[in-house]
Amino acid sequence: MTDIPAKAAAPSASGGSLLLTLMKLRTFIALIAVLVFFSIAAPNFLSAANLILMAKHVALNAFLAMGMTFVIITGGIDLSVGSIVGLCGMVAGYLVLNGIDLQIGYTVYFNVFEIALITLLVGIAIGAVNGLLITRLNVAPFIATLGTLYVSRGLALLSSDGRTFPNLVGKPELGTTGFGYLGAGKLLGLPVSIWILLVVALGAAYLARYTPLGRHIFAVGGNERASRISGVRVNMVKMFVYMFSGFCAAIVGLIISSELMASHPATGESFELNAIAAAVLGGTSMSGGRGTIGGTIVGAFVIGILSDGLVMMGVSSFWQMVIKGLVIIVAVVVDQAQRRLQSRVTLMQMAKVG
Amino acid sequence: MSSSPGHDVILKLEDISKVYAGTVAVKHANFEVRKGAVNVLVGENGAGKSTLMKIIAGVERPTAGRILLDGNEVSFSSSGDAVNRGIGMVFQELNLFGNLSVAENIFATRELTNRFRKIDHKAQERLAADFLVQLEAGIRPEMLVEDLRIGQQQLVEIAKAVSLDARILIMDEPTSALSAAEVEILFKVIADLKARGVAIVYISHRLEELIRIGDYITVLRDGRITGQEEMRNVDTQWIVRQMIGSDAKDFAKADGHQPGEEVFRAEEICLPRVTGGLAVDHVSLSLRAGEILGIYGLMGAGRSELFDCIMGRHGQASGRIFIDGKPVRERDTTRRIQRGLALIPEDRQREGLVSILSVASNLTLASLSRFVSLFHIRGGAERQAVVQMVKELAVKVADPAQEVSSLSGGNQQKVVIGKALLTGPKVLLMDEPSRGIDVGAKADVFRTMRKLSRDGLGILFATSDLDEVMALSDRIAVMSNGKLTGMFDRAEATEAAIVAASALGHGPAHGEQRR
Repeated sequence: MTDIPAKAAAPSASGGSLLLTLMKLRTFIALIAVLVFFSIAAPNFLSAANLILMAKHVALNAFLAMGMTFVIITGGIDLSVGSIVGLCGMVAGYLVLNGIDLQIGYTVYFNVFEIALITLLVGIAIGAVNGLLITRLNVAPFIATLGTLYVSRGLALLSSDGRTFPNLVGKPELGTTGFGYLGAGKLLGLPVSIWILLVVALGAAYLARYTPLGRHIFAVGGNERASRISGVRVNMVKMFVYMFSGFCAAIVGLIISSELMASHPATGESFELNAIAAAVLGGTSMSGGRGTIGGTIVGAFVIGILSDGLVMMGVSSFWQMVIKGLVIIVAVVVDQAQRRLQSRVTLMQMAKVG
Repeated sequence: MSSSPGHDVILKLEDISKVYAGTVAVKHANFEVRKGAVNVLVGENGAGKSTLMKIIAGVERPTAGRILLDGNEVSFSSSGDAVNRGIGMVFQELNLFGNLSVAENIFATRELTNRFRKIDHKAQERLAADFLVQLEAGIRPEMLVEDLRIGQQQLVEIAKAVSLDARILIMDEPTSALSAAEVEILFKVIADLKARGVAIVYISHRLEELIRIGDYITVLRDGRITGQEEMRNVDTQWIVRQMIGSDAKDFAKADGHQPGEEVFRAEEICLPRVTGGLAVDHVSLSLRAGEILGIYGLMGAGRSELFDCIMGRHGQASGRIFIDGKPVRERDTTRRIQRGLALIPEDRQREGLVSILSVASNLTLASLSRFVSLFHIRGGAERQAVVQMVKELAVKVADPAQEVSSLSGGNQQKVVIGKALLTGPKVLLMDEPSRGIDVGAKADVFRTMRKLSRDGLGILFATSDLDEVMALSDRIAVMSNGKLTGMFDRAEATEAAIVAASALGHGPAHGEQRR
């Protein structure tokens, strides 16, 4: 998954390293295992239509999980993403239906592109609030984002008095049509949301590996004090990761309301837990400093395919929760075993070098 | 080895070996610990001293060999087991709970309780105070350990071990964070323990210290015991020969180059202390290019705090600093690094390295912008700089992609130095650059300092090691209680004058502060 440990393992050819490689690829192996299992157990599982549908489901969680990955790598946590999804969906729905009343007899309507932009800015702004609380006011990330979780959800409910904004078709004379493109549109045979996921994921992976900001995210998570002394602008790095997480959540809010052509204020409840699960399954360490975008995406696919496949097999949703929980626990146990094995292999290499 | 009368062997290791996955840490070691004596153990980092001690303290079990206590074979299943048989240990890494008080730390796992099994804090604090008074460190038993400086924490660790009332007490580098005055106190405590018949096993890198207090010496090299003698029969040369196989000169020679223009000046640096008063008290000094200015001071003299102020780590610090005569107005660390300042912090693990990142990533962490075009890190340029720095500083690493935590202490320190050098500094601040690294790596570090000063870098280095400051500095500044109390040219500096200056302000006034 990561190139760094892979390099470290390359020189050794002992028995331990084969096991180590297997363990490193565990998320991939899990992905292949669920794919193979369901293609045998569930009819129609491998049909193109079903695969695309599943990919669309997975994409939603994958967006959130990517934002979460960066946050967790810096040693934080973002519980507010589910609420941001809900609030951003409501913002988009409100703008499509009502525009902004300027209180002087005029109402400004935005076109769909502008609405998407405003919604994304709202998500980034909430992320910025998280970041400011954490960096300037020294609130623990868990508490700060727990607070914004409630505030955002409350605002989402207030925006419509708890009602749904239905039928977001828009009016041609106001230029607000076309909102459904994000959720239902296709480009070269693939849904638009998948293309967006691809772009954001590649961007995030590039950022993590080839930019100073990415390097700094890992450094801050590994040792904040040492990073500060080395001149890393720790507060800026933290601001960025929470804002990026808010951005990802806003995208999800847009896509969901576009798919449904309606915004419901309770959308996104407990999404943050799925995002954390995907990140952890993909090898992100909750203590900070370790994790990859690629791993997280694979983790999101494992969780998504698992739940969709179980639905197709007609397994009760209660059992689905039990199974999902077990998968996460096993993943972390294997992760720990890998760490131990890894350090042993490194020791052996050192012994060889002398 | 002839034995003096009165020093009976209390503990004997016979043919002990310890194998970790892939490495042999100790090979067929025979080691005797004598009662009422200081049994010294020396060796370079990674020679196996700590492993051997952990075997005695029951933390690790030997792979092969026998342990004889009072002539009977024993095997310890845990450190608790060893403690029960009267073996106590002061660990090299501090094993303290920062969130608990000093007294709670001293009595951890053997808390004093009253009739209702409730912890008797009063009694614990009273007893702890007795031990702490012996150490004269001004530590109160109800203080939180995390609020203490690292040297004071070490004293707490020592108090904890002494309070065990052990028959055998192992001290693994107990003085590495202590000032000269505190070392004296520790030695008094050791003499007292000796008189009570306690066997002390003493590990240290500081050879002059060993020669002073040791009665028997054992030298380890690469897991093997290479020499065992009575201390009165040996000298420094002998120890070093046994340790690294040949004579070695500790300090790189000065090459007599002349320092250039003033490169750095600090004026009236002040830093308020949380508890009132000033941690750094109106310090002014100037440094010339190619000059090594040693700052000597006891623990808590304000050396590290001065460096922190210079690097812009404290918002509440006041004073002015100048580089090349131009004022530095930037207040944050990032931009001060860009102006040409770099710090090598005292605490390598906590402040120097990101231990889970690779050697390469650590090296370039502070200087990434050098390898960036637009926002892309140019991998080739970065790798080249890493390879060059690894070679220049002789860092022993197979592959720079290896995690930095897999290196030995000395090599880790070289990585920290390399990181600072890659930022292209004009002024290098080194806080205890030789702390906790072995003789060989120390010599490398000192050689590097000499070379850098020859290349025109101004170096400020803080140390509490008198020999070091005397041997390396072009000028010596002495700090005490936050104030600059002395400034000597190398020619006129004497140990006596420096020690006297470092004790200024530690009189009754300081005693009052402790109350």
